Amino acid sequence: MAVADPMDVSPLSESAAAGQVVELGAEGPLRLDSGTELSRFSVAYQTYGVLNADKSNAVLVCHALTGDQHAANAHPLTQKPGWWDVMIGPGRPLDTNRYFVISTNVLGGCMGSTGPKEINPDTDKPWGLSFPVITIGDMVRAQARLIDYLGIDQLFCVIGGSMGGMQALQWASAYPERVFASVPIAAASRHSAQNIAFHEVGRQAIMADRDWHAGEYHTHNTTPRAGLAVARMAAHITYLSEAALRRKFGRKLQDRERITFGFDADFQVESYLRHQGMTFVDRFDANSYLYITRAMDYFDLAAEHGSLPAAFKKTPVRFCLVSFTSDWLFPTADSREVVKALNAEAANVSFVEVDTDKGHDAFLLDEPEFHKTLVGFLNGAADRRGLKKP
Amino acid sequence: MSPAADLARAALRADLLFIADLIEPGARVLDIGCGDGALLHYLSSERGVDGRGIEISQTGVNACVSHGLSVIQGNADTDLNDYPDGAFDYVVLSRTLQATRNPREVLAQLVRIGRKAIVTFPNFGYWRVRWNLIALGRMPTTRLLADPWYSTENIHLCTIRDFMQLCDDLGLRTERQAILNHTGHNIKFRSTSRFANFFGEQALFMLSQR
Repeated sequence: MAVADPMDVSPLSESAAAGQVVELGAEGPLRLDSGTELSRFSVAYQTYGVLNADKSNAVLVCHALTGDQHAANAHPLTQKPGWWDVMIGPGRPLDTNRYFVISTNVLGGCMGSTGPKEINPDTDKPWGLSFPVITIGDMVRAQARLIDYLGIDQLFCVIGGSMGGMQALQWASAYPERVFASVPIAAASRHSAQNIAFHEVGRQAIMADRDWHAGEYHTHNTTPRAGLAVARMAAHITYLSEAALRRKFGRKLQDRERITFGFDADFQVESYLRHQGMTFVDRFDANSYLYITRAMDYFDLAAEHGSLPAAFKKTPVRFCLVSFTSDWLFPTADSREVVKALNAEAANVSFVEVDTDKGHDAFLLDEPEFHKTLVGFLNGAADRRGLKKP
Repeated sequence: MSPAADLARAALRADLLFIADLIEPGARVLDIGCGDGALLHYLSSERGVDGRGIEISQTGVNACVSHGLSVIQGNADTDLNDYPDGAFDYVVLSRTLQATRNPREVLAQLVRIGRKAIVTFPNFGYWRVRWNLIALGRMPTTRLLADPWYSTENIHLCTIRDFMQLCDDLGLRTERQAILNHTGHNIKFRSTSRFANFFGEQALFMLSQR
C-alpha cells in the first residue's frame, strides 16, 4: 500500500475511498430479480488476513443498510474505525490470523460498488433513479461473482447483522454448497410491516426535500441533505432501545441549565440525533438510501420459496443465529421463526438470545456474551472444516 | 482407550455415561434438556456424533454454543413438533420428562423424530419417596427430587410401573431398560419387578415405535 503524502491535502478520489474495486460482467451479465440485466458492474471490497492455500478460510462479512466495505479499517471519509473493528482482527472473533475476511460494498451502495451514484456506462451520466431496483438476492448474486473472481469455491462463513444477516440467510438459501457456515445476527427472513413503515418515512423525508430533484440532484449540484438527515434520525431511533435512550440521555439538557421555550436542541437526545443526521449525509448517498431500504422491504424468503423451510431444503449449512433481547426492529421472534424453519429441515442450527439493553445496534458493539458465542461457534465450525488454528 | 478419553469419561455424570454407551458412533443425536452440554460434548468429541441440543435456560444455551455445540433455546412441550419424522437416530430426554406439561405427547414426539428414544426419569415408587409420604406424611424430597413442593419444576412424577403402562398405551417397544441408583450407576434389577420399582431411584428406557 502506498504511504500517504502528509502534504497531500486534496480530497480522496472515489477509487481511494473505495479500496479495491473489481469490474465484473465480462463473464456474463448480472440478471436481477426485477428482470433487468447489468452488463457491467463493479464491486468494491476490502480484505483482511490471508487466504490459505486451499482457499477454505474465507469469511464474507455483509454490511447493514448504511454500512460499507470498510469494516475493519479507518473509514476514508470519516477517519473513524471500521464499523466492525471490534469483531475483525488478530485475536478478535473473526481472527485474521485464522480467517481471510472479505467485506464488500453491496450492489446499490455508494462506496464504489455499482449503484445510483455511479456512472451508467451506457450514458456516461450517473444512474440516479434510472438504476434498476435491486433486491437482497441481487446483492448476494453480485457478491458471488466477486467470490468467483477471487477463485473461492466455498466460503467458510457468511456473517452479518441486520441487512447483513438477511444476506447471510440469502447466501445459505441460494448457494448452500458454497457456504459452510452462516451467521445471521439480529436479522429476519422477511422485513416486517413496521420496518417497511419506518423505511417509507425515511424515503418520504428524502423525496420531500426540494434538493432531491426527483433523484437528479447530481445535475443540480445539490444533495437532499435535510431529507437524508431526517431519514437517518428516524431510523437511528429504531436502532436503539427505550432503556438505552433513558440510560444515555434521560431528559438531560444540552449545554444549558433550563429549557429555552424554543425549538433549539434543548435536550441531549435531540442534539445527539441531529449530530447523527448531519454526519451521515457527508458519507451517504440519498438515492442509495432509497434503493437499499427498498431491497430490505422486498426481502421475503418464505414468499420466494413457498414456505420458509422450502428456502432451506436439506441444507448442509451450519447456522448460528443471534438476537438481542432489547432489539425491537428485528426482535427475537424473527430469529426464532428462522430457527423453527431450519428445525423442520433438521438443519444444524444454534440460536442464542443475548441479554442487553442496547437494542438493534448491539450487533455493532463490544458485547462480551455475544462475542463469546461467536468465538465458540466459529471455533467449532473451523475445527470441523479443518482450518488450521492460529 | 486413550488417557484423554479416560479423562472425558471420568468427567461425565454416571447416568449420562450410561446413555452415551448406548449410542452408536457417528449417529445423529438430539439431546433435549441438554443443560450445559456435557453429554453432547462427550458424544461429539469422543464418538464423532452429529449432536444437537435443546435447552430451556438461556444461560445453558449460551454456554453450549460458546463451546461449539449446536444448541437452541427451546422447550420439549412446544418445539418438538417442528422436527420432521425420523430426523435423528437417537433422541435423549434425561431427567426432564417429569418437568414437561404433557409427558404423553412428549413421549410420542420423541419416538416420532428419533428412531430410538432414550428416556431417564426419577422413580416416584422409590422406597424413600414412599417413606416420606406414608411414614412422615410429607411431600417427598430425595437426592434426585431435592426441591420442596412449592418450588419444584417436577410436575408430572411417575413410578416405573406407571411409565411402563404409558409406553404400553402408546404402543411403544422397549428395546432396553435399566435401573440406576442416585449417582446414575446401573443396578441390575429387572425393571418389571416390583423390587425394581421399590429400590430403583431412577430408570432408563430405550424406546422405539412398534
